[in-house]
Amino acid sequence: MDTDLSSQDRKDLDKFIKFFALKTVQVIVQARLGEKICTRSSSSPTGSDWFNLAIKDIPEVTHEAKKALAGQLPAVGRSMCVEISLKTSEGDSMELEIWCLEMNEKCDKEIKVSYTVYNRLSLLLKSLLAITRVTPAYRLSRKQGHEYVILYRIYFGEVQLSGLGEGFQTVRVGTVGTPVGTITLSCAYRINLAFMSNRQFERTPPIMGIIIDHFVDRPYPSSSPMHPCNYRAGEDNGAVYPSVEDSQEVCTTSFSTSPPSQLIGPGKEGGVPPVPSQPAHGTQADQERMCTPLDGGHYSAATPSSSEDTETVSNSSEGKCGSPHDLLETIFIRKVGAFVNKPINQVNPPDSPETASPLQGSLHSEGSSGSSTGNTHDDFVMIDFKPAFSKDDILPMDLGTFYREFQNPPQLSSLSIDIGAQSMAEDLDSLPEKLAVHEKNVKEFDAFVETLQ
Amino acid sequence: MVGPGRSRCCAPPRAGPAMNCRAEVLEVSVEARQVEEAMLAVLHTVLLHRSTGKFHYKKEGTYSIGTVGTQDVDCDFIDFAYVRVSSEELDRALRKAVGEFKDALRSSGSDGMGQISLEFYQKKKSRWPFSDECIPWELWTIKVNVVNLANEQERQICREKVGEKLCEKIINIVEVMNRHEYLPKMPTQSEVDNVFDTSLKDVQPYLYKISYQITDTLGTSVTTTMRRLIKDTLAL
Repeated sequence: MDTDLSSQDRKDLDKFIKFFALKTVQVIVQARLGEKICTRSSSSPTGSDWFNLAIKDIPEVTHEAKKALAGQLPAVGRSMCVEISLKTSEGDSMELEIWCLEMNEKCDKEIKVSYTVYNRLSLLLKSLLAITRVTPAYRLSRKQGHEYVILYRIYFGEVQLSGLGEGFQTVRVGTVGTPVGTITLSCAYRINLAFMSNRQFERTPPIMGIIIDHFVDRPYPSSSPMHPCNYRAGEDNGAVYPSVEDSQEVCTTSFSTSPPSQLIGPGKEGGVPPVPSQPAHGTQADQERMCTPLDGGHYSAATPSSSEDTETVSNSSEGKCGSPHDLLETIFIRKVGAFVNKPINQVNPPDSPETASPLQGSLHSEGSSGSSTGNTHDDFVMIDFKPAFSKDDILPMDLGTFYREFQNPPQLSSLSIDIGAQSMAEDLDSLPEKLAVHEKNVKEFDAFVETLQ
Repeated sequence: MVGPGRSRCCAPPRAGPAMNCRAEVLEVSVEARQVEEAMLAVLHTVLLHRSTGKFHYKKEGTYSIGTVGTQDVDCDFIDFAYVRVSSEELDRALRKAVGEFKDALRSSGSDGMGQISLEFYQKKKSRWPFSDECIPWELWTIKVNVVNLANEQERQICREKVGEKLCEKIINIVEVMNRHEYLPKMPTQSEVDNVFDTSLKDVQPYLYKISYQITDTLGTSVTTTMRRLIKDTLAL
């Protein structure tokens, strides 16, 4: 099956797929950190930006992904999956999404690895960036903090969708055909938010089908204070994750051009002979003809980068992304933390550290200072009063104000002791008179009662 | 009309083989204050997929590509967030076009219907005395219907509904992008300005132009920009 693929192409393809898988995991996990991501465009290639996209590498995430892959690549029947789940402060958890990177048997023998496949993988990553913001888990992850955190788990093998509950939906991010199979990236996400008691990540049926509305229906902007996702130095961060990648893993940065077929003539582009037209299917013909590699070494290797991970994380020039000063550090500082304002011994560690790891920051010293500022908050947190059944949080004044004003109405005057006693005496005195009057009108009352019957 | 390539006006394509321009139409109903953010979300998502890093041509017919950064944008009037290319120049250009469209919608009258189009094209050089041809290869049209809402509760519902609708639109756009249909072939150095907009300093989108039309109360379109109407490409 692979006899048509040159060894160089095969090596390139494997490298592309490997780094595509790693970048896919980074994009998904970073999209669930709970904060806005911002990376800078650079007109000069650095040699370490795979697929010509500025996607930072969180070392822990890369480590987890490599551990899950264990040197293998996604292949038929062996998919790479990223599971996103939600865990409350009480310890209940719920799977929200499964992102699957799969390979099927449908091969595209004609496609050019070094150019077309690479560019289409780049396009697929852009699509992934867009799609990760439109599934329901994105909004949930932006609001994580006190009550719940978002966790991720990477596994390799068969896709397990049963934890998503009934009626989950699927969105396909895209596909890229290669000479060894078609890469497919998709997401299955939960729509039924009935809570499952799932401490061991077992697929047990829910004990009580409670729908936790306030996770989803909380109006935006939230009226309760948003807390930054603080880095929490804790149980899982004993190890130092290697941030220096293999120096041989350099991404393709140069591409070849060939003169367009209509400009056949001498002396083109430094002596590059014109490309013979090749049979290629469909509308891809023009694109592929353009960039046929004429020999094996058509791309000049960039200077090997010493590290793929230490690119500067800088914000855009006008500082539009949040916390510009924090992001100027080389590695991410702020991560999904845990339970700000709670003492450490109350925090629930993940039940199976091998299978799940909370999103934690890289091992930067500033992280702990961020965490400490969080802990200096008061023991009591002011929250806005939300009257029951009130959905209108934009104007809580309506029902809320009414509620507050009329919670303590002034006391009835007749119930106060002084005035009450006086009027009571008067009432008692006037009773005989009133009775006499009513007795006189007995016939009228009887006639009235008869009309009612 | 905004977009690159304005300095030299392109002639409409000459009569010949039918234009093979891919056309996609999206429709949204929004409040007046949501028009800008909804349009920017869609246009930025399309341009994210249709922009590359800057090309640097070297000798021996090779070129290298710069890096495209991205950033998250939260909408203020819609429960929605999207990703755009990290390029202030590109953002400014889109905001200018959308701003003009929004103003035109507002001053058009009570109906509030219109459409904004993003067209990707290639330039084809012609010999003197003919001016260069602009050959569109992809056209995105967003039809907008502006609604007026009576109270805060309806506005809150609208925030959420429009957010959900935009999520669907993003999924539609991604689906089209991943069909891997026609894209202009990668140009040589001499041809690069016929395919890409090389005027930005940090990224390189395909050549594009943005135009809009406002529908008057009779339902007929009043062209406010380009004279050339690509009617057949607007039909799905």
